[in-house]
Amino acid sequence: MNKKKLSFKQWAGQEHIAGYVFSLPFIFGFLMFMLIPMIMSLYFSFCKYDIQNPATFIGFKNYINIFQDKAFWKALKVTCYYALIGTPLKVIFALIVALILARDTKATPVYRASYYLPSIIGGSVAVAILWRRLFEPTGTINAILGIFFPGIRNFNWFGEGTAIWVLIILTVWQFGSSMLIFLSALKQISRQLYEAAMVDGANKWKQFWKVTLPLLTPTIFFNLVQQTINSFLAFTQSKLITDGQPKDSTLFYTLYVYKKAFPAMGKSQMGYASALAWIMLIIISLVTALLFWSRSKWVYEE
Amino acid sequence: MAKKKNIGTVVYHVLVTIGAFIMVYPLLWMILSSFKPTNTILPTATQLIPTTWTLDNYTTGWKGFMGYSFATFFKNSFFISIVSTFGTLISSAFVAYSLQRLQFRMKRILFVLVLSTMMLPPQILMIPQYMWFRRLGWVGTYFPMILPYFFAIQGFFVYLIMNFIGGVPKELDEAAKIDGCSYYGIFFRIILPLITPALVTSAIFSFIWRWDDYLSALLYVTKPEMRPISLALKLFNDPSSGSDIGATLAMSTLSIVPATIIFLFFQKSLVEGIASSGIKG
Repeated sequence: MNKKKLSFKQWAGQEHIAGYVFSLPFIFGFLMFMLIPMIMSLYFSFCKYDIQNPATFIGFKNYINIFQDKAFWKALKVTCYYALIGTPLKVIFALIVALILARDTKATPVYRASYYLPSIIGGSVAVAILWRRLFEPTGTINAILGIFFPGIRNFNWFGEGTAIWVLIILTVWQFGSSMLIFLSALKQISRQLYEAAMVDGANKWKQFWKVTLPLLTPTIFFNLVQQTINSFLAFTQSKLITDGQPKDSTLFYTLYVYKKAFPAMGKSQMGYASALAWIMLIIISLVTALLFWSRSKWVYEE
Repeated sequence: MAKKKNIGTVVYHVLVTIGAFIMVYPLLWMILSSFKPTNTILPTATQLIPTTWTLDNYTTGWKGFMGYSFATFFKNSFFISIVSTFGTLISSAFVAYSLQRLQFRMKRILFVLVLSTMMLPPQILMIPQYMWFRRLGWVGTYFPMILPYFFAIQGFFVYLIMNFIGGVPKELDEAAKIDGCSYYGIFFRIILPLITPALVTSAIFSFIWRWDDYLSALLYVTKPEMRPISLALKLFNDPSSGSDIGATLAMSTLSIVPATIIFLFFQKSLVEGIASSGIKG
Protein backbone atom coordinates (compact mmCIF):
# COMPACT_ATOMS: atom_id res chain seq x y z
CA MET A 1 0.00 0.00 0.00
CA ASN A 2 1.31 3.37 -0.95
CA LYS A 3 0.67 5.53 2.07
CA LYS A 4 2.31 8.64 0.63
CA LYS A 5 -0.21 11.45 0.60
CA LEU A 6 -0.95 12.76 -2.83
CA SER A 7 -1.75 16.40 -3.45
CA PHE A 8 -5.20 16.97 -4.92
CA LYS A 9 -3.67 17.69 -8.28
CA GLN A 10 -1.69 14.47 -8.25
CA TRP A 11 -4.69 12.52 -7.05
CA ALA A 12 -6.99 13.91 -9.74
CA GLY A 13 -4.30 13.41 -12.35
CA GLN A 14 -4.33 9.62 -12.03
CA GLU A 15 -5.73 7.80 -15.03
CA HIS A 16 -8.52 5.97 -13.27
CA ILE A 17 -9.63 9.08 -11.41
CA ALA A 18 -9.72 11.02 -14.69
CA GLY A 19 -11.75 8.14 -16.11
CA TYR A 20 -14.38 8.51 -13.41
CA VAL A 21 -14.39 12.30 -13.68
CA PHE A 22 -15.03 12.21 -17.41
CA SER A 23 -17.71 9.54 -17.15
CA LEU A 24 -19.38 11.20 -14.18
CA PRO A 25 -22.03 12.95 -16.30
CA PHE A 26 -23.22 9.61 -17.59
CA ILE A 27 -23.09 7.86 -14.20
CA PHE A 28 -25.18 10.62 -12.67
CA GLY A 29 -27.50 10.92 -15.68
CA PHE A 30 -28.08 7.19 -15.84
CA LEU A 31 -29.02 6.99 -12.16
CA MET A 32 -31.11 10.12 -12.16
CA PHE A 33 -32.92 9.91 -15.49
CA MET A 34 -33.06 6.19 -16.23
CA LEU A 35 -32.51 3.91 -13.27
CA ILE A 36 -34.54 5.76 -10.62
CA PRO A 37 -37.51 6.36 -12.95
CA MET A 38 -37.47 2.73 -14.12
CA ILE A 39 -37.34 1.37 -10.56
CA MET A 40 -40.10 3.75 -9.53
CA SER A 41 -42.27 2.66 -12.41
CA LEU A 42 -41.56 -1.01 -11.65
CA TYR A 43 -42.88 -0.42 -8.14
CA PHE A 44 -45.92 1.53 -9.33
CA SER A 45 -46.72 -1.15 -11.89
CA PHE A 46 -47.78 -3.23 -8.86
CA CYS A 47 -49.93 -0.40 -7.56
CA LYS A 48 -53.18 1.32 -8.16
CA TYR A 49 -52.01 4.88 -8.69
CA ASP A 50 -53.91 7.83 -10.13
CA ILE A 51 -51.16 10.39 -9.39
CA GLN A 52 -53.49 12.56 -7.28
CA ASN A 53 -53.86 10.12 -4.39
CA PRO A 54 -51.23 7.93 -2.73
CA ALA A 55 -50.56 4.61 -4.45
CA THR A 56 -51.97 1.39 -3.04
CA PHE A 57 -50.14 -1.90 -3.55
CA ILE A 58 -52.24 -4.43 -5.47
CA GLY A 59 -49.69 -7.09 -6.46
CA PHE A 60 -49.94 -8.54 -9.95
CA LYS A 61 -53.41 -7.23 -10.52
CA ASN A 62 -52.43 -4.69 -13.21
CA TYR A 63 -50.61 -7.38 -15.18
CA ILE A 64 -53.52 -9.81 -14.86
CA ASN A 65 -55.95 -7.13 -15.97
CA ILE A 66 -53.78 -6.19 -18.93
CA PHE A 67 -53.92 -9.71 -20.32
CA GLN A 68 -57.72 -9.58 -20.16
CA ASP A 69 -57.84 -6.07 -21.63
CA LYS A 70 -59.24 -6.10 -25.18
CA ALA A 71 -57.72 -2.70 -26.00
CA PHE A 72 -54.28 -4.01 -25.02
CA TRP A 73 -54.51 -6.90 -27.49
CA LYS A 74 -55.89 -4.56 -30.12
CA ALA A 75 -52.99 -2.13 -29.59
CA LEU A 76 -50.51 -4.99 -29.77
CA LYS A 77 -52.09 -6.28 -32.98
CA VAL A 78 -52.11 -2.83 -34.59
CA THR A 79 -48.49 -2.22 -33.65
CA CYS A 80 -47.35 -5.61 -34.97
CA TYR A 81 -49.28 -5.10 -38.21
CA TYR A 82 -47.65 -1.70 -38.66
CA ALA A 83 -44.18 -3.04 -37.83
CA LEU A 84 -44.47 -6.23 -39.89
CA ILE A 85 -45.71 -4.45 -43.01
CA GLY A 86 -44.10 -1.03 -42.70
CA THR A 87 -40.57 -2.16 -41.82
CA PRO A 88 -39.92 -4.63 -44.67
CA LEU A 89 -41.48 -2.23 -47.18
CA LYS A 90 -39.28 0.56 -45.95
CA VAL A 91 -36.09 -1.52 -46.05
CA ILE A 92 -36.90 -2.90 -49.51
CA PHE A 93 -37.56 0.59 -50.85
CA ALA A 94 -34.34 1.83 -49.28
CA LEU A 95 -32.39 -1.01 -50.89
CA ILE A 96 -33.91 -0.58 -54.35
CA VAL A 97 -33.36 3.18 -54.39
CA ALA A 98 -29.82 2.75 -53.06
CA LEU A 99 -29.04 0.29 -55.90
CA ILE A 100 -30.41 2.77 -58.40
CA LEU A 101 -28.50 5.71 -56.95
CA ALA A 102 -25.24 3.75 -56.60
CA ARG A 103 -24.41 4.81 -60.15
CA ASP A 104 -22.31 7.97 -59.84
CA THR A 105 -23.53 10.79 -62.07
CA LYS A 106 -23.30 14.55 -61.77
CA ALA A 107 -26.91 14.71 -60.59
CA THR A 108 -26.54 11.97 -57.96
CA PRO A 109 -26.02 14.33 -54.96
CA VAL A 110 -29.23 16.16 -55.86
CA TYR A 111 -31.15 12.89 -56.23
CA ARG A 112 -29.78 11.57 -52.96
CA ALA A 113 -30.80 14.78 -51.20
CA SER A 114 -34.35 14.65 -52.59
CA TYR A 115 -34.85 11.05 -51.52
CA TYR A 116 -33.39 11.73 -48.10
CA LEU A 117 -35.14 15.03 -47.33
CA PRO A 118 -38.43 13.42 -46.17
CA SER A 119 -36.51 11.47 -43.50
CA ILE A 120 -34.90 14.50 -41.99
CA ILE A 121 -38.14 16.40 -41.43
CA GLY A 122 -40.54 13.45 -41.27
CA GLY A 123 -40.67 13.45 -37.48
CA SER A 124 -41.96 16.99 -37.27
CA VAL A 125 -45.42 18.12 -36.31
CA ALA A 126 -45.52 20.04 -39.60
CA VAL A 127 -45.34 16.82 -41.61
CA ALA A 128 -48.02 15.18 -39.43
CA ILE A 129 -50.36 18.10 -40.07
CA LEU A 130 -49.51 18.02 -43.76
CA TRP A 131 -50.23 14.28 -43.94
CA ARG A 132 -53.63 14.71 -42.35
CA ARG A 133 -54.45 17.45 -44.88
CA LEU A 134 -53.20 15.46 -47.87
CA PHE A 135 -55.35 12.42 -47.10
CA GLU A 136 -58.55 14.24 -46.16
CA PRO A 137 -61.55 13.34 -48.33
CA THR A 138 -61.26 16.72 -50.06
CA GLY A 139 -57.46 16.63 -49.93
CA THR A 140 -54.78 16.48 -52.56
CA ILE A 141 -54.37 12.71 -52.71
CA ASN A 142 -58.01 12.20 -53.65
CA ALA A 143 -57.90 15.15 -56.02
CA ILE A 144 -54.91 13.67 -57.88
CA LEU A 145 -56.22 10.09 -57.85
CA GLY A 146 -59.60 11.47 -58.98
CA ILE A 147 -58.03 12.54 -62.27
CA PHE A 148 -57.24 8.89 -63.08
CA PHE A 149 -60.01 7.13 -61.15
CA PRO A 150 -63.06 9.41 -60.91
CA GLY A 151 -64.75 6.93 -58.58
CA ILE A 152 -62.28 7.62 -55.80
CA ARG A 153 -63.39 11.20 -55.08
CA ASN A 154 -64.30 11.76 -51.45
CA PHE A 155 -62.86 8.38 -50.52
CA ASN A 156 -62.37 8.34 -46.76
CA TRP A 157 -58.77 7.30 -46.10
CA PHE A 158 -59.33 7.59 -42.37
CA GLY A 159 -61.85 4.74 -42.35
CA GLU A 160 -61.26 1.59 -40.33
CA GLY A 161 -59.40 -0.44 -42.94
CA THR A 162 -57.24 2.24 -44.53
CA ALA A 163 -56.29 4.63 -41.72
CA ILE A 164 -53.36 2.43 -40.74
CA TRP A 165 -52.15 2.56 -44.35
CA VAL A 166 -51.98 6.34 -44.20
CA LEU A 167 -49.45 5.87 -41.39
CA ILE A 168 -47.64 3.02 -43.16
CA ILE A 169 -47.22 5.19 -46.27
CA LEU A 170 -45.82 7.94 -44.07
CA THR A 171 -43.17 5.69 -42.54
CA VAL A 172 -42.24 4.10 -45.86
CA TRP A 173 -41.84 7.59 -47.34
CA GLN A 174 -39.05 8.12 -44.81
CA PHE A 175 -36.75 5.39 -46.09
CA GLY A 176 -33.92 7.91 -46.59
CA SER A 177 -31.62 7.11 -43.69
CA SER A 178 -31.71 3.36 -44.40
CA MET A 179 -31.00 4.21 -48.02
CA LEU A 180 -27.89 6.17 -47.06
CA ILE A 181 -26.65 3.27 -44.95
CA PHE A 182 -27.14 0.94 -47.94
CA LEU A 183 -25.37 3.38 -50.25
CA SER A 184 -22.29 3.51 -48.09
CA ALA A 185 -22.26 -0.28 -47.74
CA LEU A 186 -22.51 -0.64 -51.53
CA LYS A 187 -19.47 1.60 -51.95
CA GLN A 188 -17.45 -0.74 -49.74
CA ILE A 189 -18.00 -3.78 -51.92
CA SER A 190 -14.76 -4.37 -53.80
CA ARG A 191 -14.88 -3.96 -57.58
CA GLN A 192 -12.63 -6.99 -57.93
CA LEU A 193 -15.47 -9.24 -56.83
CA TYR A 194 -17.61 -8.02 -59.73
CA GLU A 195 -14.72 -8.37 -62.15
CA ALA A 196 -14.14 -11.92 -60.97
CA ALA A 197 -17.83 -12.69 -61.34
CA MET A 198 -17.80 -11.23 -64.84
CA VAL A 199 -14.85 -13.42 -65.81
CA ASP A 200 -16.89 -16.39 -64.59
CA GLY A 201 -19.64 -15.30 -66.95
CA ALA A 202 -22.13 -13.99 -64.41
CA ASN A 203 -24.54 -11.46 -65.85
CA LYS A 204 -25.77 -8.38 -63.95
CA TRP A 205 -28.71 -10.27 -62.47
CA LYS A 206 -26.53 -13.10 -61.22
CA GLN A 207 -23.96 -10.62 -59.88
CA PHE A 208 -26.67 -9.01 -57.81
CA TRP A 209 -27.90 -12.29 -56.30
CA LYS A 210 -24.50 -13.89 -55.81
CA VAL A 211 -22.29 -10.91 -54.89
CA THR A 212 -24.19 -7.77 -53.93
CA LEU A 213 -27.03 -9.23 -51.91
CA PRO A 214 -25.00 -11.64 -49.72
CA LEU A 215 -22.51 -8.88 -48.93
CA LEU A 216 -25.35 -6.52 -48.02
CA THR A 217 -27.04 -8.90 -45.58
CA PRO A 218 -25.29 -7.43 -42.50
CA THR A 219 -26.56 -3.98 -43.53
CA ILE A 220 -30.04 -5.32 -44.23
CA PHE A 221 -29.96 -6.87 -40.78
CA PHE A 222 -28.91 -3.62 -39.14
CA ASN A 223 -31.64 -1.64 -40.91
CA LEU A 224 -34.26 -4.23 -40.04
CA VAL A 225 -33.40 -4.15 -36.34
CA GLN A 226 -33.32 -0.38 -36.20
CA GLN A 227 -36.53 0.16 -38.15
CA THR A 228 -38.44 -2.61 -36.35
CA ILE A 229 -37.69 -1.04 -32.99
CA ASN A 230 -38.68 2.35 -34.36
CA SER A 231 -42.01 1.04 -35.62
CA PHE A 232 -42.78 -0.54 -32.28
CA LEU A 233 -42.26 2.83 -30.67
CA ALA A 234 -44.19 4.99 -33.14
CA PHE A 235 -46.04 7.67 -31.26
CA THR A 236 -46.07 11.27 -32.50
CA GLN A 237 -47.38 10.63 -35.97
CA SER A 238 -50.26 8.40 -34.88
CA LYS A 239 -51.14 10.71 -32.00
CA LEU A 240 -51.30 13.68 -34.33
CA ILE A 241 -52.74 12.17 -37.49
CA THR A 242 -55.37 9.69 -36.31
CA ASP A 243 -55.21 9.73 -32.48
CA GLY A 244 -55.84 5.97 -32.60
CA GLN A 245 -59.12 6.35 -34.46
CA PRO A 246 -61.33 5.01 -35.90
CA LYS A 247 -62.39 2.22 -33.53
CA ASP A 248 -58.81 1.87 -32.22
CA SER A 249 -57.67 0.71 -35.67
CA THR A 250 -54.55 2.90 -35.39
CA LEU A 251 -54.12 2.63 -31.65
CA PHE A 252 -50.36 2.14 -31.43
CA TYR A 253 -49.04 0.62 -28.26
CA THR A 254 -47.23 3.73 -27.02
CA LEU A 255 -50.33 5.78 -27.75
CA TYR A 256 -52.36 3.37 -25.64
CA VAL A 257 -49.88 3.76 -22.78
CA TYR A 258 -50.17 7.52 -23.10
CA LYS A 259 -53.97 7.39 -23.08
CA LYS A 260 -54.02 5.29 -19.92
CA ALA A 261 -51.66 7.68 -18.15
CA PHE A 262 -53.18 10.90 -19.47
CA PRO A 263 -56.80 10.19 -20.40
CA ALA A 264 -58.85 12.94 -22.02
CA MET A 265 -61.53 12.25 -19.43
CA GLY A 266 -61.55 10.46 -16.10
CA LYS A 267 -58.76 9.46 -13.78
CA SER A 268 -55.18 8.73 -14.72
CA GLN A 269 -54.13 5.07 -14.39
CA MET A 270 -50.41 5.54 -13.83
CA GLY A 271 -49.92 2.12 -12.26
CA TYR A 272 -51.57 0.41 -15.20
CA ALA A 273 -49.58 2.53 -17.66
CA SER A 274 -46.35 1.62 -15.84
CA ALA A 275 -47.15 -2.06 -16.21
CA LEU A 276 -47.89 -1.50 -19.90
CA ALA A 277 -44.52 0.25 -20.35
CA TRP A 278 -42.71 -2.68 -18.71
CA ILE A 279 -44.50 -5.18 -20.94
CA MET A 280 -43.47 -3.06 -23.93
CA LEU A 281 -39.85 -3.18 -22.85
CA ILE A 282 -40.03 -6.96 -22.56
CA ILE A 283 -41.67 -7.26 -25.99
CA ILE A 284 -39.02 -5.09 -27.64
CA SER A 285 -36.25 -7.08 -25.99
CA LEU A 286 -37.83 -10.32 -27.21
CA VAL A 287 -38.25 -9.03 -30.76
CA THR A 288 -34.64 -7.84 -30.81
CA ALA A 289 -33.45 -11.17 -29.42
CA LEU A 290 -35.48 -12.98 -32.07
CA LEU A 291 -33.93 -10.88 -34.83
CA PHE A 292 -30.45 -11.56 -33.47
CA TRP A 293 -31.22 -15.26 -33.22
CA SER A 294 -32.28 -15.29 -36.88
CA ARG A 295 -29.03 -13.55 -37.78
CA SER A 296 -26.94 -16.69 -38.13
CA LYS A 297 -29.55 -18.18 -40.47
CA TRP A 298 -29.32 -15.61 -43.24
CA VAL A 299 -26.67 -13.00 -42.57
CA TYR A 300 -23.44 -13.52 -44.48
CA GLU A 301 -20.34 -13.34 -42.31
CA GLU A 302 -16.95 -12.77 -43.83
CA MET B 1 -23.97 0.80 -79.15
CA ALA B 2 -23.09 4.34 -77.97
CA LYS B 3 -26.57 5.48 -78.95
CA LYS B 4 -28.20 2.68 -77.02
CA LYS B 5 -26.20 3.65 -73.96
CA ASN B 6 -27.26 7.29 -74.32
CA ILE B 7 -30.93 6.37 -74.44
CA GLY B 8 -30.41 4.22 -71.38
CA THR B 9 -28.85 7.14 -69.51
CA VAL B 10 -31.68 9.47 -70.47
CA VAL B 11 -34.30 6.95 -69.37
CA TYR B 12 -32.41 6.49 -66.10
CA HIS B 13 -32.34 10.21 -65.36
CA VAL B 14 -35.98 10.71 -66.31
CA LEU B 15 -37.13 7.87 -64.04
CA VAL B 16 -34.96 8.92 -61.11
CA THR B 17 -36.13 12.52 -61.47
CA ILE B 18 -39.78 11.45 -61.48
CA GLY B 19 -39.13 9.42 -58.34
CA ALA B 20 -37.40 12.36 -56.66
CA PHE B 21 -40.31 14.61 -57.61
CA ILE B 22 -42.82 12.21 -56.04
CA MET B 23 -40.69 12.12 -52.89
CA VAL B 24 -40.58 15.89 -52.41
CA TYR B 25 -44.07 16.51 -53.81
CA PRO B 26 -45.85 16.62 -50.42
CA LEU B 27 -43.36 19.19 -49.16
CA LEU B 28 -43.52 21.24 -52.34
CA TRP B 29 -47.30 21.16 -52.05
CA MET B 30 -47.16 22.46 -48.50
CA ILE B 31 -44.69 25.23 -49.29
CA LEU B 32 -46.36 26.42 -52.48
CA SER B 33 -49.89 26.15 -51.09
CA SER B 34 -48.89 28.40 -48.21
CA PHE B 35 -48.52 31.20 -50.79
CA LYS B 36 -52.03 30.71 -52.20
CA PRO B 37 -55.05 32.65 -50.91
CA THR B 38 -56.36 30.37 -48.18
CA ASN B 39 -59.79 29.75 -49.72
CA THR B 40 -58.25 28.55 -53.01
CA ILE B 41 -55.92 25.93 -51.47
CA LEU B 42 -58.33 22.98 -51.47
CA PRO B 43 -60.19 23.81 -54.72
CA THR B 44 -56.84 24.06 -56.56
CA ALA B 45 -55.21 21.16 -54.69
CA THR B 46 -53.90 19.51 -57.86
CA GLN B 47 -52.28 22.69 -59.09
CA LEU B 48 -48.84 23.10 -57.60
CA ILE B 49 -47.93 26.67 -58.59
CA PRO B 50 -50.20 29.39 -57.16
CA THR B 51 -52.10 31.52 -59.71
CA THR B 52 -51.96 34.50 -57.38
CA TRP B 53 -49.13 34.71 -54.88
CA THR B 54 -49.85 36.13 -51.44
CA LEU B 55 -48.14 36.48 -48.07
CA ASP B 56 -51.46 36.84 -46.22
CA ASN B 57 -51.18 33.36 -44.68
CA TYR B 58 -47.86 34.31 -43.14
CA THR B 59 -49.15 37.55 -41.63
CA THR B 60 -52.31 35.95 -40.22
CA GLY B 61 -50.46 32.86 -39.04
CA TRP B 62 -47.64 34.75 -37.35
CA LYS B 63 -50.16 36.44 -35.02
CA GLY B 64 -50.55 33.04 -33.38
CA PHE B 65 -53.34 32.35 -30.92
CA MET B 66 -54.42 33.05 -27.37
CA GLY B 67 -52.38 36.25 -27.30
CA TYR B 68 -49.01 34.72 -28.20
CA SER B 69 -47.45 35.13 -31.61
CA PHE B 70 -45.30 32.55 -33.34
CA ALA B 71 -42.27 34.70 -32.46
CA THR B 72 -42.67 33.41 -28.88
CA PHE B 73 -42.95 29.78 -29.99
CA PHE B 74 -39.93 30.00 -32.28
CA LYS B 75 -37.91 31.70 -29.57
CA ASN B 76 -38.81 28.88 -27.13
CA SER B 77 -37.87 26.18 -29.62
CA PHE B 78 -34.55 27.80 -30.41
CA PHE B 79 -33.78 28.16 -26.72
CA ILE B 80 -34.62 24.54 -25.85
CA SER B 81 -32.93 23.05 -28.90
CA ILE B 82 -29.72 25.06 -28.67
CA VAL B 83 -29.19 24.67 -24.92
CA SER B 84 -29.97 20.94 -24.84
CA THR B 85 -27.79 20.35 -27.91
CA PHE B 86 -24.91 22.15 -26.23
CA GLY B 87 -25.37 19.92 -23.18
CA THR B 88 -25.49 16.78 -25.31
CA LEU B 89 -22.26 17.64 -27.12
CA ILE B 90 -20.13 18.51 -24.14
CA SER B 91 -21.33 15.65 -21.91
CA SER B 92 -21.22 13.04 -24.67
CA ALA B 93 -17.68 14.08 -25.65
CA PHE B 94 -16.56 13.78 -22.00
CA VAL B 95 -17.98 10.30 -21.61
CA ALA B 96 -16.80 9.17 -25.03
CA TYR B 97 -13.24 10.23 -24.17
CA SER B 98 -13.20 8.31 -20.90
CA LEU B 99 -14.65 5.16 -22.47
CA GLN B 100 -12.38 5.25 -25.49
CA ARG B 101 -9.06 6.38 -24.01
CA LEU B 102 -8.85 5.96 -20.23
CA GLN B 103 -8.46 2.75 -18.22
CA PHE B 104 -10.53 2.36 -15.06
CA ARG B 105 -12.41 -0.40 -13.33
CA MET B 106 -16.02 0.39 -14.21
CA LYS B 107 -15.28 1.10 -17.84
CA ARG B 108 -16.75 -2.06 -19.36
CA ILE B 109 -19.99 -1.95 -17.44
CA LEU B 110 -20.40 1.74 -18.23
CA PHE B 111 -19.98 1.00 -21.90
CA VAL B 112 -22.69 -1.67 -21.73
CA LEU B 113 -24.97 0.80 -19.93
CA VAL B 114 -24.34 3.44 -22.59
CA LEU B 115 -25.39 0.95 -25.24
CA SER B 116 -28.43 -0.02 -23.19
CA THR B 117 -29.65 3.59 -23.18
CA MET B 118 -30.17 3.12 -26.91
CA MET B 119 -32.62 0.33 -26.01
CA LEU B 120 -34.48 2.64 -23.64
CA PRO B 121 -36.01 5.20 -25.95
CA PRO B 122 -38.07 8.18 -24.77
CA GLN B 123 -41.35 6.38 -25.53
CA ILE B 124 -40.54 3.67 -22.97
CA LEU B 125 -39.28 6.19 -20.44
CA MET B 126 -42.28 8.48 -20.93
CA ILE B 127 -44.30 7.25 -17.95
CA PRO B 128 -41.41 6.48 -15.55
CA GLN B 129 -39.77 9.84 -16.16
CA TYR B 130 -43.04 11.71 -15.89
CA MET B 131 -43.72 10.25 -12.44
CA TRP B 132 -40.19 11.03 -11.31
CA PHE B 133 -40.10 14.58 -12.68
CA ARG B 134 -43.49 15.26 -11.18
CA ARG B 135 -42.13 14.25 -7.81
CA LEU B 136 -39.19 16.58 -8.35
CA GLY B 137 -41.62 19.39 -9.13
CA TRP B 138 -40.32 19.77 -12.69
CA VAL B 139 -43.64 19.57 -14.52
CA GLY B 140 -44.41 22.96 -16.02
CA THR B 141 -40.73 23.90 -16.32
CA TYR B 142 -38.16 23.41 -19.06
CA PHE B 143 -35.99 21.24 -16.78
CA PRO B 144 -37.20 17.86 -18.16
CA MET B 145 -36.56 19.08 -21.70
CA ILE B 146 -33.07 20.44 -21.06
CA LEU B 147 -31.29 19.13 -17.95
CA PRO B 148 -31.13 15.39 -18.80
CA TYR B 149 -29.24 16.20 -21.99
CA PHE B 150 -26.36 17.60 -19.93
CA PHE B 151 -25.74 14.06 -18.66
CA ALA B 152 -25.00 12.12 -21.85
CA ILE B 153 -28.22 10.12 -21.68
CA GLN B 154 -28.33 9.48 -25.43
CA GLY B 155 -26.01 6.56 -26.02
CA PHE B 156 -26.17 7.16 -29.75
CA PHE B 157 -24.08 10.33 -29.47
CA VAL B 158 -21.56 8.84 -27.03
CA TYR B 159 -21.12 5.93 -29.40
CA LEU B 160 -20.76 8.13 -32.46
CA ILE B 161 -18.10 10.31 -30.80
CA MET B 162 -16.32 7.25 -29.36
CA ASN B 163 -15.91 5.84 -32.85
CA PHE B 164 -14.47 9.12 -33.98
CA ILE B 165 -12.01 9.39 -31.09
CA GLY B 166 -10.95 5.84 -31.93
CA GLY B 167 -9.71 7.21 -35.24
CA VAL B 168 -7.44 9.80 -33.59
CA PRO B 169 -3.87 8.40 -33.41
CA LYS B 170 -2.94 7.42 -29.86
CA GLU B 171 0.59 8.74 -30.42
CA LEU B 172 -0.81 12.25 -30.04
CA ASP B 173 -1.96 11.45 -26.50
CA GLU B 174 1.38 9.85 -25.69
CA ALA B 175 3.36 12.79 -27.02
CA ALA B 176 1.27 15.24 -25.02
CA LYS B 177 1.70 13.13 -21.90
CA ILE B 178 5.46 13.17 -22.28
CA ASP B 179 5.28 16.96 -22.57
CA GLY B 180 3.58 16.99 -19.17
CA CYS B 181 0.01 17.32 -20.30
CA SER B 182 -2.62 15.87 -17.91
CA TYR B 183 -5.54 13.70 -19.07
CA TYR B 184 -7.73 16.78 -18.80
CA GLY B 185 -5.32 18.79 -20.91
CA ILE B 186 -5.21 16.02 -23.52
CA PHE B 187 -8.99 16.11 -23.81
CA PHE B 188 -9.35 19.87 -24.11
CA ARG B 189 -6.24 20.64 -26.16
CA ILE B 190 -5.92 17.60 -28.40
CA ILE B 191 -9.04 15.45 -28.59
CA LEU B 192 -11.70 18.15 -28.56
CA PRO B 193 -10.30 20.17 -31.50
CA LEU B 194 -9.76 16.99 -33.53
CA ILE B 195 -13.28 15.63 -33.16
CA THR B 196 -15.04 18.71 -34.55
CA PRO B 197 -16.56 16.74 -37.47
CA ALA B 198 -18.21 14.27 -35.05
CA LEU B 199 -19.45 17.16 -32.93
CA VAL B 200 -20.94 18.88 -35.98
CA THR B 201 -22.78 15.69 -36.98
CA SER B 202 -24.05 15.19 -33.44
CA ALA B 203 -25.12 18.83 -33.19
CA ILE B 204 -27.16 18.53 -36.36
CA PHE B 205 -29.02 15.41 -35.24
CA SER B 206 -29.51 16.64 -31.71
CA PHE B 207 -30.82 20.01 -32.83
CA ILE B 208 -33.32 18.51 -35.27
CA TRP B 209 -34.54 15.90 -32.76
CA ARG B 210 -34.99 18.49 -30.00
CA TRP B 211 -36.74 20.83 -32.41
CA ASP B 212 -39.19 18.12 -33.45
CA ASP B 213 -39.72 16.77 -29.93
CA TYR B 214 -43.44 16.84 -29.42
CA LEU B 215 -43.83 14.23 -26.69
CA SER B 216 -41.90 16.12 -23.96
CA ALA B 217 -43.63 19.37 -24.79
CA LEU B 218 -46.97 17.61 -24.54
CA LEU B 219 -46.10 16.19 -21.11
CA TYR B 220 -44.24 19.02 -19.46
CA VAL B 221 -45.26 22.37 -20.93
CA THR B 222 -48.30 23.74 -19.16
CA LYS B 223 -48.09 27.50 -19.74
CA PRO B 224 -49.03 28.89 -23.17
CA GLU B 225 -46.07 31.29 -23.23
CA MET B 226 -43.65 28.37 -22.83
CA ARG B 227 -44.88 26.33 -25.78
CA PRO B 228 -42.28 25.30 -28.32
CA ILE B 229 -43.14 25.32 -32.00
CA SER B 230 -44.06 21.60 -32.14
CA LEU B 231 -46.79 21.90 -29.54
CA ALA B 232 -47.95 25.33 -30.71
CA LEU B 233 -48.32 24.13 -34.28
CA LYS B 234 -50.44 21.17 -33.17
CA LEU B 235 -52.76 23.39 -31.16
CA PHE B 236 -52.87 25.96 -33.95
CA ASN B 237 -54.11 23.27 -36.31
CA ASP B 238 -56.86 22.12 -33.94
CA PRO B 239 -60.38 22.92 -35.07
CA SER B 240 -60.96 24.71 -31.74
CA SER B 241 -58.50 27.46 -32.63
CA GLY B 242 -60.13 28.34 -35.95
CA SER B 243 -57.85 26.14 -38.06
CA ASP B 244 -57.19 28.34 -41.07
CA ILE B 245 -55.56 25.96 -43.57
CA GLY B 246 -53.49 28.68 -45.25
CA ALA B 247 -52.12 30.00 -41.96
CA THR B 248 -51.43 26.46 -40.71
CA LEU B 249 -49.49 25.54 -43.84
CA ALA B 250 -47.56 28.82 -43.66
CA MET B 251 -46.49 28.23 -40.05
CA SER B 252 -45.74 24.56 -40.80
CA THR B 253 -43.50 25.69 -43.63
CA LEU B 254 -41.68 28.12 -41.33
CA SER B 255 -41.25 25.39 -38.72
CA ILE B 256 -39.27 23.16 -41.10
CA VAL B 257 -37.02 25.99 -42.29
CA PRO B 258 -34.26 25.45 -39.66
CA ALA B 259 -34.00 21.69 -40.34
CA THR B 260 -34.05 22.26 -44.09
CA ILE B 261 -31.32 24.92 -43.94
CA ILE B 262 -29.17 22.67 -41.76
CA PHE B 263 -29.77 19.82 -44.19
CA LEU B 264 -28.76 21.86 -47.22
CA PHE B 265 -25.61 23.28 -45.63
CA PHE B 266 -24.40 20.20 -43.77
CA GLN B 267 -25.56 17.46 -46.10
CA LYS B 268 -22.09 15.97 -46.21
CA SER B 269 -21.71 15.67 -42.43
CA LEU B 270 -25.19 14.22 -42.15
CA VAL B 271 -24.60 11.60 -44.78
CA GLU B 272 -21.24 10.64 -43.29
CA GLY B 273 -22.70 10.57 -39.80
CA ILE B 274 -25.47 8.19 -40.77
CA ALA B 275 -23.18 6.01 -42.81
CA SER B 276 -20.45 5.66 -40.19
CA SER B 277 -22.61 5.32 -37.08
CA GLY B 278 -25.00 3.07 -38.96
CA ILE B 279 -22.46 0.66 -40.35
CA LYS B 280 -20.52 0.26 -37.16
CA GLY B 281 -23.64 0.12 -35.02
